Amino acid sequence: MSTTTAAHHDDHGHDSHAHPTGLMRWVKSTNHKDIGTMYLWFSFAMFMFAGALAMGIRAELFQPGLQFVQPEVFNQLTTLHGLIMIFGAIMPAFVGLANWQVPLMIGAPDMAFPRLNNMSFWLLIPAAILLMASFFVPGGAASGGWTMYPPLSVQGGMSVDMTIFAIHILGVSSIVGSINIITTIFNMRAPGMTLMKMPMFVWTWLITAYLLIAAMPVLAGAVTMLITDRHFGTTFFNAAGGGDPVLFQHVFWFFGHPEVYIMILPAFGILSTIIPTFARKPLFGYASMVYATAAIAVLSFVVWAHHMFTTGMPVAGQLFFMYSTMLISVPTGVKVFNWLATMWKGSMTFETPMLFSVAVVFLFTIGGLTGLVCAILPVDIQLQDTYYVVAHFHYVLFSGAAMSIMGGVYYWLPKWTGHMYDEKLGKWHFWTTTIAFNVTFFPMHFTGLAGMPRRIPDYSQQFAEFNMISSVGAFALGISQLLFLYVVIKCIRGGTKATNQVWEGAHGLEWTVASPAPFHTFETPPQVK
Amino acid sequence: MNKKVFSFLGTILGSALTLVASTAHAAYGLNLKAPVTEIATQIYDLHMLIVWVCLAIFVVVFAVMFYSLYKHRKSVGHKAAQFHEHHTLEIVWTIIPALILIVMAVPATKTIFAMKDTSAADMTVKVTGYQWKWEYDYLDKNVKFISNLSTTQDQIDNKAEKSENYLLEVDNPMVVPVGKKVRLILTASDVIHAWWVPEFGVKQDAIPGFIKEVWFKAEKEGTYRGQCAELCGKAHGYMPIVVEVVSEDKYNGWLIAKAEEAAAGAAGADKEWTKDDLLAKGKVVYEKNCAVCHQANGAGLPPAFPAITGSKIALGTIYGADGKYLPDSHIDRLLNGKGVMPAWKALLNDVEIASVITYTRQALGNAATVDPVVQPAQIKAAR
Repeated sequence: MSTTTAAHHDDHGHDSHAHPTGLMRWVKSTNHKDIGTMYLWFSFAMFMFAGALAMGIRAELFQPGLQFVQPEVFNQLTTLHGLIMIFGAIMPAFVGLANWQVPLMIGAPDMAFPRLNNMSFWLLIPAAILLMASFFVPGGAASGGWTMYPPLSVQGGMSVDMTIFAIHILGVSSIVGSINIITTIFNMRAPGMTLMKMPMFVWTWLITAYLLIAAMPVLAGAVTMLITDRHFGTTFFNAAGGGDPVLFQHVFWFFGHPEVYIMILPAFGILSTIIPTFARKPLFGYASMVYATAAIAVLSFVVWAHHMFTTGMPVAGQLFFMYSTMLISVPTGVKVFNWLATMWKGSMTFETPMLFSVAVVFLFTIGGLTGLVCAILPVDIQLQDTYYVVAHFHYVLFSGAAMSIMGGVYYWLPKWTGHMYDEKLGKWHFWTTTIAFNVTFFPMHFTGLAGMPRRIPDYSQQFAEFNMISSVGAFALGISQLLFLYVVIKCIRGGTKATNQVWEGAHGLEWTVASPAPFHTFETPPQVK
Repeated sequence: MNKKVFSFLGTILGSALTLVASTAHAAYGLNLKAPVTEIATQIYDLHMLIVWVCLAIFVVVFAVMFYSLYKHRKSVGHKAAQFHEHHTLEIVWTIIPALILIVMAVPATKTIFAMKDTSAADMTVKVTGYQWKWEYDYLDKNVKFISNLSTTQDQIDNKAEKSENYLLEVDNPMVVPVGKKVRLILTASDVIHAWWVPEFGVKQDAIPGFIKEVWFKAEKEGTYRGQCAELCGKAHGYMPIVVEVVSEDKYNGWLIAKAEEAAAGAAGADKEWTKDDLLAKGKVVYEKNCAVCHQANGAGLPPAFPAITGSKIALGTIYGADGKYLPDSHIDRLLNGKGVMPAWKALLNDVEIASVITYTRQALGNAATVDPVVQPAQIKAAR
């Protein structure tokens, strides 16, 4: 067997290095770096598209009354904004970062299954087309919220079927991608890299990959039951046929809550990479960080019904889910304390990646604490389905996940392109994003407390001032991201030559290879001491 | 770099201060609405407790962070220490948050038990959510009515000045006596809705096919306004809840008036109506109940909501050879509904159904030649 492989290698060794060029380089790519790049660009395109939908939402909410869109279109905007941001922007961005960085960080030449890797990326395209094209079918896009609760989603038109199909495709992509990441991490680490020597980003992705494998099939099950209810006469979610609409919510959130952590654990990994670099100090409490991540992952499967406190569960259920949800703040707190302890007595500098990381620690904690407020069931009765919840999850998903991704992109961009990005413009991007984000979402805490429900196109006049502030912030936030695009393109096209080390305080195998990272790296495994 | 750190702090504080300043003279508060029930008061206090605890934790933790950001910088020549573990510290910051959580959980648990106790209620009202209106049925009082948004479409479309309670006003408010324990049993006819009045501390999903219970006891007379809190389709933002809490006497008077109103409506079914009267009445009924889906001009929003104009049902034959209405005829559809279309027999009286049928057969671009006019007596017979 080994001789055949060797012979094969000798015969075609040259060809396998002459990879296709032009479009085919990308279509047929099995290279983790090219696929990572494609994931990141795809995710940015989806980020801008779903962001544009949010601009539509904020334009309509700028003033009371209906100005730009009718209520049915408004509901399509909120639904697709959520779906595309989650499945099109945040998740693929993390997979893109994993594709680029996991092999580089563990000293592997590529992912374990390069062809599957290609497939898991290209599956995203038809899914994205289905979601975006659904705006143009009769009745418009899905409008029942990203959560797709029946019976409302059973009423929807063919766009709901397109959405369900897109979710199935995205699920396959995620599961395949996760298997690839797990296999790569377990089998392709450089000699000497024990599990407890792995970089935190790799650890968080390993745990995230398990969450994906466990959660995505559950979502697939939920939407499959939905489609059979819609077209094949089943009544899983219809009380008239012995079903229960709330069953969908249980199954959906059994997926949905781990999904929240799927979108935040890799962000924790990015922070745990960037903060030690710019504090010039090792990550504090590495082992407890690993255990905390695992604890969060396990707990994420037993808290789902806190999304359903107003459905009217029995007391025992309400108490269980309140306590388990409160408990999650303990390991999350450990993470925050560890980051602070990493900064403590460091020798800090504040390049763009560090600015993003510090801001994420600060703002994510706001989202975490409002999450604790929502965990207290009686309080949640007042806050459920209000703008308070909208504020809460944007503090977690935008200033947690999305801003970590941005920090990560700035951090690794020199390694990917071989050039330093424009530090001044990077900082401008950071400050405009951070300020605009807070102007947009901080007032939503107040509109929510004052009683404004979410997912409404029009509101009573008592909410007018705050909504106007939020809308102004949102437009600024949207425009700021064009600056991000400009900085990245500028960096790709040129700039100061990056060293291999790039950052003074950076540690890890990815900084031992050239900048830009050659097409093939670690063909001979490095030795980790 | 020093400047940057300060400007970061400044931004956060600055935006917070601007917000506080700009809202200080705005007409509304920054907090939960003033509670008028015992439960809502407990929720309010619980929320304040948690906010203060969280704020204290936040200030302490980030005071440490900003101190570190300020002191432990390379630009001021701070050299990095290399410690990366401290077991005692890690145990401490695991245990302390856990203890704080227990402090929060105790009062929350008490409130949950109180919220769930629907026993010994003074009265029961069945609340049913429809797309997009609420129905209140005073179970032992024989009073039952629909509550619709009363804000005009012109206000929504910015063609008229918005009223004081824009989007939070209804034609028929729910009325309850002050100081009485009111038990609500909630359900829905089509999709999930949620009945929410912030001042009562009550938010409960209304789920089709299931009955859920909640209760409130309002301690203060007044008008309290809430909204549907679960996305229920196109007009989710347009199905407010208005509850008037009144004295016992006023409540009893209201019950009598409501019963008389219903009797008067039923009496109308026995007389012969002129076509013009039916059309005038039908227009009002249509605009209140039908226009939200089928649109004021009858064009509908296909494919979800079919057009009335040119509709086969609105122009077609109603009665079969045996003198009974045909399946899928105009009367059948109005009385029994189909899919998203509600069964209106439970929601409207004979006069209202007859008039809206006549209206949709003769107006909105339609001119039915068969069964051009439908009389209330025909609906009464068809029920």
